[in-house]
Amino acid sequence: MKARVLIRPKAGILDPQGVAVEQALPALGFSGISEVRVGRMVELEIEDESQLDALCQKLLANTLIEDYEVVSVS
Amino acid sequence: MKFGVVRFPGTCDDFDARDAALRVDGAQAVLLWHGDHSLQDVDAVIVPGGFSYGDYLRVGAIARFAPVMSEVIEFARQGGTVLGICNGFQILCEAGLLPGALLPNTGRRFIFRQVDLDVVRADTRFTSAVPAGQTSLSIPIKHTTGRYYAPEDQLDAMEANGQVLLRYAPGQNPNGSLRDIAGVTNEAGNVFGLMPHPEHAVDPLTGSVDGLTLFTSMAQAVANV
Repeated sequence: MKARVLIRPKAGILDPQGVAVEQALPALGFSGISEVRVGRMVELEIEDESQLDALCQKLLANTLIEDYEVVSVS
Repeated sequence: MKFGVVRFPGTCDDFDARDAALRVDGAQAVLLWHGDHSLQDVDAVIVPGGFSYGDYLRVGAIARFAPVMSEVIEFARQGGTVLGICNGFQILCEAGLLPGALLPNTGRRFIFRQVDLDVVRADTRFTSAVPAGQTSLSIPIKHTTGRYYAPEDQLDAMEANGQVLLRYAPGQNPNGSLRDIAGVTNEAGNVFGLMPHPEHAVDPLTGSVDGLTLFTSMAQAVANV
């Protein structure tokens, strides 16, 4: 089955990438946008979804600085 | 005294680290291949800078699972002396040998410049050769992901335990590192990681030989065991 995992910087940790995106938006005519945070998504095929949590903790995310969330399994 | 310098695909400072180690009186230095399960009986390990495995996913994340790293982890657990420089620092954090993590620089840019580092402690196996009375080291940095981070309570514990060995001099914090931290040890004090590159500060031709003191300290520590 296909799984999607979302990994993002933990709340409270400065995300320079998000800041860069946020600062670029006014120049493009967008306004009223704040708190932009950039994470990443990992898609994978997995036979045994019970392994997902362990693999997220061991490799996909560094839980000291990132939160992860399995957003879908189908 | 025999130094071992770990080499991953994407490492780029391996030769400089080896050559820096070879400047220490009586020292030998060998390269250790990432795919090997041997440390070749070295007395100290250096994990050098670069872009191990392309730094895909997260800096240092994939390198920590290299076969040679299980040997380095075991070596460290037995009290062996391990130095991580830049990408090596990131790898040692990912491997759980050092506390904390390295985040992208606050300013978002790659930074390459000489910085002054305050020596917080000169009584460790990585800093003992800093001459008495010298309180700072001039060493270059070159990185994009060097912002040292650990939760506040962990930072308090590390400072109380004397694990912060180097700080960026006041006003010179280049990357937003918490508490100006440039280099930290593990709780036992046998594993040290720093973002600046001591191996690039070993020849008067490039302006400073302060980096050599770290390698000399390691050799002295090994000799005194």
